[in-house]
Amino acid sequence: MIGLPLFLILSTMLFSLGLFAVLTRRSAILLLIGVELMLAAANLNFIAFWRFGPNPAAMTGALFVLFSIAVAAAEAAVGLSLILVIYRHLRSTNPKEVNSLHG
Amino acid sequence: MADSSWIPYLLCLIPLLPLAAAGVTALSNPSHRRLASGLTIGSLSIAFILALVLFIQVVGAGSGEGGEVFRRSFNFTWFEFGASSLRLGLLLDPLNAGMLVMVSFVGLLICIFSVGYMQEDANFARFFGFLALFSFAMLGLLVANSLLLLFICWELVGLASYLLIGFWYQKPAAVAASRKAFITTRIGDLGLFLGMIWLYSESGTLLFYDGGAGLLEASTLAHLTTTLTVGGMALSTATALLLFCGAAGKSGQFPLHVWLPDAMEGPTPVSALIHAATMVAAGVFLVARAFPLFAASTDPEVISTALQVVTWVGAVTAVFAACIAVAQTDIKRILAFSTISQLGYMMLALGLGGISAGMFHLIAHAFFKALLFLGAGSVIHGCHEVQDIRQMGGLRRKMPLTFAVYAVGMMALSGFPFLFSGFWSKEEILHLAQVWPVSSLPFYLALFGAFLTAFYMTRQMIYVFFGNYRGSHSPHESPRVMTVPLMLLASGAVLLSLIATPAWAWFHHFIQGGPTHFELAAIFEGWGLMLLSIVLVGSGVGIGWWLYGRRALTVVGADALEQKVPRLYQALAQRLYIDEFYEATVIRLQRLLAQVAEVLERRVWAGAVTLVAAVCRGVSCLSRSIDRNFFNRGFDQGCTSLRGSGGRVARWQNGDIQTYLGWVGSGVVLLLIFFAWL
Repeated sequence: MIGLPLFLILSTMLFSLGLFAVLTRRSAILLLIGVELMLAAANLNFIAFWRFGPNPAAMTGALFVLFSIAVAAAEAAVGLSLILVIYRHLRSTNPKEVNSLHG
Repeated sequence: MADSSWIPYLLCLIPLLPLAAAGVTALSNPSHRRLASGLTIGSLSIAFILALVLFIQVVGAGSGEGGEVFRRSFNFTWFEFGASSLRLGLLLDPLNAGMLVMVSFVGLLICIFSVGYMQEDANFARFFGFLALFSFAMLGLLVANSLLLLFICWELVGLASYLLIGFWYQKPAAVAASRKAFITTRIGDLGLFLGMIWLYSESGTLLFYDGGAGLLEASTLAHLTTTLTVGGMALSTATALLLFCGAAGKSGQFPLHVWLPDAMEGPTPVSALIHAATMVAAGVFLVARAFPLFAASTDPEVISTALQVVTWVGAVTAVFAACIAVAQTDIKRILAFSTISQLGYMMLALGLGGISAGMFHLIAHAFFKALLFLGAGSVIHGCHEVQDIRQMGGLRRKMPLTFAVYAVGMMALSGFPFLFSGFWSKEEILHLAQVWPVSSLPFYLALFGAFLTAFYMTRQMIYVFFGNYRGSHSPHESPRVMTVPLMLLASGAVLLSLIATPAWAWFHHFIQGGPTHFELAAIFEGWGLMLLSIVLVGSGVGIGWWLYGRRALTVVGADALEQKVPRLYQALAQRLYIDEFYEATVIRLQRLLAQVAEVLERRVWAGAVTLVAAVCRGVSCLSRSIDRNFFNRGFDQGCTSLRGSGGRVARWQNGDIQTYLGWVGSGVVLLLIFFAWL
């Protein structure tokens, strides 16, 4: 029987993978993909807690996730355009080089 | 007495109008020549008209019951300190009423003449501004009823004369002359100043007339004559002598006369103004104004010491300057020495007690000396700025108008009988000298001076106007604007004689009070003296003609008189070495003092100053090092350590987003562990 803990473990793994990508990748695109992975993990948690929650009949969980995906799409568009501008400006998308705000 | 409240306004206006003209001229663009000359001439003509109104008022008022003259004073308080106050005032009496008319009229004519004479000068407007200032100072001096106000204007006269004599400031001789005039008169003014202070400290007032409490009124004079000072001299005598120092300086009396001939370096209208209407008249006017002080004596039978000094100085100056004039060759210089000599006559007259004689001679002299000077200006202008009479000659055909008026001036100055004002004024002075009880020497000196005057004026006339022209330029007659004032002055020089003949001594009574009668027979009362003076004048002219008129004069070569008495002539030509004497004594002493002062300055004072400066510098060096090594270093170290720690903290914020996120992640993990453990 597939239960709630299995989904939670999956989402934790997804989140950890995303975080790892965000912390280690040397390309901003991959960073953005990492962020999308973390977001996907969060969405998966939403769905899992809704499905195995006290009131699965109400469509609240699915609705939230739908909204979240829509917002994530918008966020990806903004993120990509920012990366594009940064690339035009610096000829690089390496986050290590985008550090002009250092102290 | 009729309402006289309008008099002070007129008295104010007369000097203030030229002052306003001077002020506007000074502030306006110097290229506005017409504005400057128009303002000056306009203000002086109005002043002249106002002076005439006042004069008519004084004449109309006549003299009172007891022979008292018309006198109105208008006093006001200038400022107060503690209980005492300093008061100034204006005065109107016959003495200054006549002078006001004369000064404004002669000044006006000289200004008109200057329009022609200064036509080509670049500083035309400045010249008229100075003329207006000069007129203001002199008119202010005349209306003053306070010795202080008189002194202020007196110094302004000195300043204006300095500015005008040095008007051609590019000319070193003019600058030297202006300085000489200023300093020489200042020596005299020191006496005047001391006298003024002394009078104030003794009497507490500087007003001449103040309803019985003034300086020249009986109560104060009684106090002054009875107070004795050094050597048993009455205070009135001492202060009068001090005042006379100032008057002698201003009026070019021996031995302070040296500046007057040098003042010829200024433009000729200035010479005329200085010699006729303003500067030199101021000294005589001061003595006449303060005459009660000079004459004050405890015993009315005894002639006061001050008056005796005035008499002697006047007599000596009259002859001394006339002698020098004989041997001069500069047309203006001859006139300058003649002025000194005539001023000597005026002082002589005042010393002899004849205020009216002195003042009449002053006014008459103002007319004919202004005439002579402006005539000389016309001659110089016509001869293209040549001033040496040896290079003139024969001008009577080239400049007939100038010749005619110059001849009138010459005859008035020499005292040609009957028609000319100079004759009657000189006659009155000679008469006074003849009856002076103290000594008869001044009388003979005055007679000798009269003879010399006729002689040197004849010499000058022959040199300038007779014979053949000896210069290299072609002379021409001057324009109308110059000759018309000359003709007016010439008529004045003649017509003035009408009011002072013995037959109708109107002027005498006008000044000194008392009724006037017309009495033709009075002319012949002093016929012996009159005859004597006519003979003297005649012989002066005759000898002059005999020496100079008989044969052609030459530019180079000895003067006719020089051929007769070379030594004497040389001494006279060198002005009796008075200037050289001053050069060798007073000026050398001054130089010596200046050198001592310089050595003191360089060695002593400069050393002290350097020492103080060195100490200051040492202290400041010390202060700087303390500052640098102590305060600044501590502060700097504080700053450095702050900057270092700041830098270390700032290193945390390295701008790398992944590092930040790593910290955020570790934080989240730590929080999770914390909550799990909780």
